[in-house]
Order: sequence, then C-alpha cells, then structure tokens
Amino acid sequence: MQRNEHQESNQEEEPVPGMQQLLDNPFMLLFLGVLFPTVFYILWGIMEIISIPAVK
Amino acid sequence: MAANMFRQCPDSGLFFHKSAESLMKAHAVFGVVYLLLGGFLGLLVALTRMPSLHILNAEDFYLALSIHGTAILIFWIIFFEMAVLYFASSTLLRSRPATPGIGWVGFLLMVIGSTLVMVAFFRGNSSVMFTSYVPMPAEPIFYLGLILFAVGALIGCFIFLATLVVAKQEKTYDGSIPLVTFGALTATIIAIFTIASGAVILIPTWLWSLGFISHIDPLMYRTVWWALGHSSQQINVAAHVSIWYAIAAIIFGAKPMSEKVSRTAFLLYILFLQLASAHHILADPGVSSTWKVFNTSYAMYLAVLASMVHGLTVPGCIEVAQRKKGFNNGLFEWLKKAPWANPVFSAMFISLIIFGFIGGITGVVMGTEQINLIIHNTIFVPGHFHATVAVGTTMAFMAITYFLIPVLFRRQLIWPNACKWQPYLFGGGMLILSLFLLGAGTLGVPRRHWDINFSDAALQFQFAGTAITMMGIAGLGGFLAAMGGALFCLIAVGSLVFGKRLDPGASLFSSFGFPMAASCYNIERPGKLGLAPVEQTGDGGIQAKGTFVLALVFLAAFVVYFFINAKYLSSIWPMG
Ligand code: HEM
Ligand SMILES: [Cu+2]
Repeated sequence: MQRNEHQESNQEEEPVPGMQQLLDNPFMLLFLGVLFPTVFYILWGIMEIISIPAVK
Repeated sequence: MAANMFRQCPDSGLFFHKSAESLMKAHAVFGVVYLLLGGFLGLLVALTRMPSLHILNAEDFYLALSIHGTAILIFWIIFFEMAVLYFASSTLLRSRPATPGIGWVGFLLMVIGSTLVMVAFFRGNSSVMFTSYVPMPAEPIFYLGLILFAVGALIGCFIFLATLVVAKQEKTYDGSIPLVTFGALTATIIAIFTIASGAVILIPTWLWSLGFISHIDPLMYRTVWWALGHSSQQINVAAHVSIWYAIAAIIFGAKPMSEKVSRTAFLLYILFLQLASAHHILADPGVSSTWKVFNTSYAMYLAVLASMVHGLTVPGCIEVAQRKKGFNNGLFEWLKKAPWANPVFSAMFISLIIFGFIGGITGVVMGTEQINLIIHNTIFVPGHFHATVAVGTTMAFMAITYFLIPVLFRRQLIWPNACKWQPYLFGGGMLILSLFLLGAGTLGVPRRHWDINFSDAALQFQFAGTAITMMGIAGLGGFLAAMGGALFCLIAVGSLVFGKRLDPGASLFSSFGFPMAASCYNIERPGKLGLAPVEQTGDGGIQAKGTFVLALVFLAAFVVYFFINAKYLSSIWPMG
C-alpha cells in the first residue's frame, strides 16, 4: 500500500489515453454503472412483465 | 486550519484522520455485533436442518432463518463495508473525509433502521426472510427499517464520492487513485444502483403494508427486488477483492501485476456484474429466455472474466513478490513459505481460494439457464453462497480486521494462538457446510424447509439416505463454522477491551468510536501520496508459474463440473 514518496511525474506532457480518462472519472463510471443494469435488466425486464396480457 | 487532525500509525505508516477513524470504528464494531447475532442464529438454523437434531419448531425456524439472513448478509456486511469505504477514501488517499457530521447521520440511520428490523422480527409477525417476497406480509416497521438503513448506507456512499472530490481538489495524491480505492469506488457505484433499486421496490411495499397500495405484483417485486438482492452481493465482491489486493500489498509488499488490467477488470464489474441479477429469475415464467440468457450469459461472463482476472492477479502478484524475496524453488515454494500462521494472510487466502473454486464454479454453472433447473431453490443455493459470502466476503473482512485492530484501534490482538487457528476453524467448517449443502441440493433437498422428513405433512416423500446423511454432515460443518465465527467475535471484541494498548492515547472509548487522546493527532496534513512506481511490465506473467498452474487446475475443475451437470440434466430429461 505504500507508494514512493518522492517519485515525480515526468510524463506531464503526454496526452492521457482515453481509457485512463474514463477510469479516472468516478462520476462517468457511476453514470455507466447505473445506466447498464437499469436498461438491460430493469427496464427491459419490466417491459416484458407489463406486456404479459391480462386474463380475460 | 487550526487543529491537527491526523495521526500516523508507526507500524503501518498509514495516516488516519480523527473523524474518519471514529466513523470506521463505529461502523466496524456495529457490524461485528450483527455478525455475532446472525452467526448464533445460523447455528440454530443449521442444527434444525440436521435431520437427527431438528432443534427448533417450525415457527422459530423461520424466525431464526429470517434473522440469520438479514442480520448477517445485510447488516454485518454493509456496516463493515461502510468502514471499508472510509478507510479506502480518507486513509488511503490521506484526505480529510467530506462532511463527517453527515457521516454520523448516516451511521445513526443505519443503527435505527437495523434496530427497527430486529424489533419487527422479535415481535414475531415478520418472519418473511430477508427476501420479503410479496404477498407475504411483514409489519410496516420492517420495511421502514430497511429503508432507513438503506438511506444511511447511501449517505455513506455519497460521502465516499465527496471525499474523492475533496482529495482531488486538495491534491492529497498524485496521478490516479490507488487500486484499492478504485475497487472501493466500484463497490460504491454498485451500491448506489443497489440502493436505488431497493427504494423502487421497498417504498411501494412499505406503503402496501400500511394499506395505501392494494396490490404488488409478485413477479414485478421479484424482478426489481433482485436488482437489490443480487447487486448487493456484488458490492461485497468488489469490496473483498479490494481487500485481497490491500492485504497482498500489506503482507508481501506485492504490487498488482498490471494496474491497467486490474482496473479494467473492475470496470467490467461496474458495467456487467449487476445484470446477473437475472439468474434469480431463471425459473420464473413471464420474462423471456432472451432477457434471461442475455443478462445471465453474455453479460455475466464478462463479469466472471473479471473475477478470474482478480483471482489470477492477486496470487500472481504475491508469487512475484515472494520469488523476488528468494522463494524461488519449484512451482510452489512461494506459497509454502507464505505466513500461514498470520491470520491476516491465512484468512485472506482461504477467502480467495474457496470463493473462486467453490463459489465461482458453482455460481457460473447454476447461472446457466438450463442447468439452473436441477438445483433451483434447493439447498445447493445456500451451499453456493456460503462459499461466496460467508467465506469470500466475511473471511476477507475478518482478515482485514486482524490487520486493523493494531493499526486503527491501536490494540494488540489477544490470544495469539487462537488468532492463528481461527481462520482454519471458520474456513474449514464453512467448507464442510458448503460442500455438503451443495451435495444435498444436487439430490433435491429444498432450501428454507423446516422438515425434510415431512413428519406432519399430509403427503409423504422420502429423500435418499445419502441426502439425509449429507444434511447431517453439513450441520456438523455449520457447528464448527459457528465456533470459528464466535471465536472471531471474542478475539475482536476482547482485543478492543483487554488488548494491550499500543498507544497510550488509546482508551476503552476510543475502541468504540470515540477519538483517541488529542495528543495522538499531531499532524496537520500528511505528505502527498506519491505516484506508484512505474510498472515492471512484461515478465510478471511468466514469473508467476505456480499461479498459472493453479489457474489450469481451476479451469479443469470448472469444465469437469460443468459437464457433470450437463450430463445429469440429460438424465433427468431423457432426450430422443
Ligand atoms: C456462522 C456460521 C453459519 C452457519 C452455521 C450457517 C448456516 C446456514 C444454513 C444451514 C442455511 C440454510 C437454511 C435453509 O435454507 O434452510 C443458511 C442460510 C443463509 N445464510 Fe448462513 N450460516 C452461517 C454463516 C453465514 C454467513 C457468515 C453469512 C453471510 C455473510 C450467511 C448468510 C446466509 C444467508 C443469506 C442465508 C439464506 C437465508 C434465507 O434463505 O432466507 N450465513 N445459513
Ligand atoms: Cu445473484
């Protein structure tokens, strides 16, 4: 858990890769982490349940 | 900034903020209380399900089962997870926690909520088990308690996110957040989805119990409830995997084999793990196979892939670290020479192995739509999840507790010998319980069933003798596990009260959530957390030969077990 205290970043100028930008952005991750299960599990699931025809 | 708010632990070098550490302690201690209560009732449940003992009557059995599931699965684990969140944000980022006052409001809500649920249970009219499926009614305070508890936990999640923001603004660290904090972030994200789903279904159910809503559709309830019930288990997975990484670093100084790979694996959790909630609905009519198969196969395998990545990289990084220290002989010297008498390591490693080999393999196999039908609602299912949540999660939490008692609470552990073998007692008992529940379930023994001998039933049914025997052995394993669990609680609480003080400022009160003596906090602002050393890329994978062999054994076990089940399925429904 200890990290080097002194090492300074010498890569300041390099552009940050897109994947790392995503991984460094907690709120984007939160958005995706709520979006995926809400769409694929909850909304899709509920749509199937409410489209079951009622007994006549 | 007037007062100094931080102290540095001289043994670990970690920095603790006064308010954050009090919150960690209070949550962790309250969690252990629920572990003790839930564990005791687990013992009664296990002894009742042992056909030869069958100690409780039907009514008490369902009460005990309801309390066991709720107290241990929800309250113990989530209280402890809140402590982990404060640790992973404030301590690991060397940051002040955001709004600690509101943190105490969250804590209080969790205490009040969980107490209300317990009151509802003990009044006797809410033995609905932790799933509380409608239309089985519980008292309104049961649902209200769950809702308050969830709001409290949600507050904890937002404080975690806010602390990330504070740490970034105040530049307490360079570069990205550490991997362990990233894992905790994963847990937080899943928790927020979990709690939101819980609100969507439990608030209407509460109103229904009060008579304001006339009807709640059971399938709708089950579908949305499992977004809560399943995802909450994935909070645990993310949390205990983070703890594995933390302990690998603490004990071995091990660095992740690849930060990028491990973080990407956590990302797969964030995106896909929660979809697998659908495996709880596999036997329900009314939702299509397309929905079931998409959510439990295509999507879930990506999350399973992530677990296998963690399961490989954690022992892998330990192996690399050990080999660097010279334990280089053969495939497994690194593992043989690991500190097996140190409960921080042994509990963590047992957690990893049993979670992967038993929890993981049975989980994937029974998550297959067709095979699920063999074991749906049998005691196989508790067999599976005691491997995941009682060994995987609970033992990881036990492991980190052994580390935190000296470091956070500043107390020496009492009973060093008992500490050495407690993980083996609990882990061994759980292993027996799990394996024999899995076996009995495969023979059709149902879960949540008071009397499989049907002594007072109108219709008789006789289970195979082996099934009855296996339930007996499982009860024995449960007894051992309960002893191991009780020993853990004794060691933890005993150390907090009687353990030697490692710091003169540690008092009885400071063991239970109050700050230590003011003089302990002598740092205004810890030094900035530096960048992680640049990765040694390339040869890590080849260095970890032993882990690679373990992975092959794992895959072989997986394939064999899958085909045994497929074969079994074909004999239940003969083809052609
Ligand atoms: C202390 C030792 C423990 C023993 C002896 C034990 C025993 C059992 C048994 C025999 C069952 C099956 C009951 C049935 O379906 O009829 C059960 C259910 C369960 N256990 Fe445990 N268990 C223990 C610890 C734990 C732990 C540590 C956890 C989680 C962290 C846990 C979570 C659960 C849950 C969620 C259920 C399902 C309850 C339900 O179906 O409503 N148990 N336990
Ligand atoms: Cu699940």
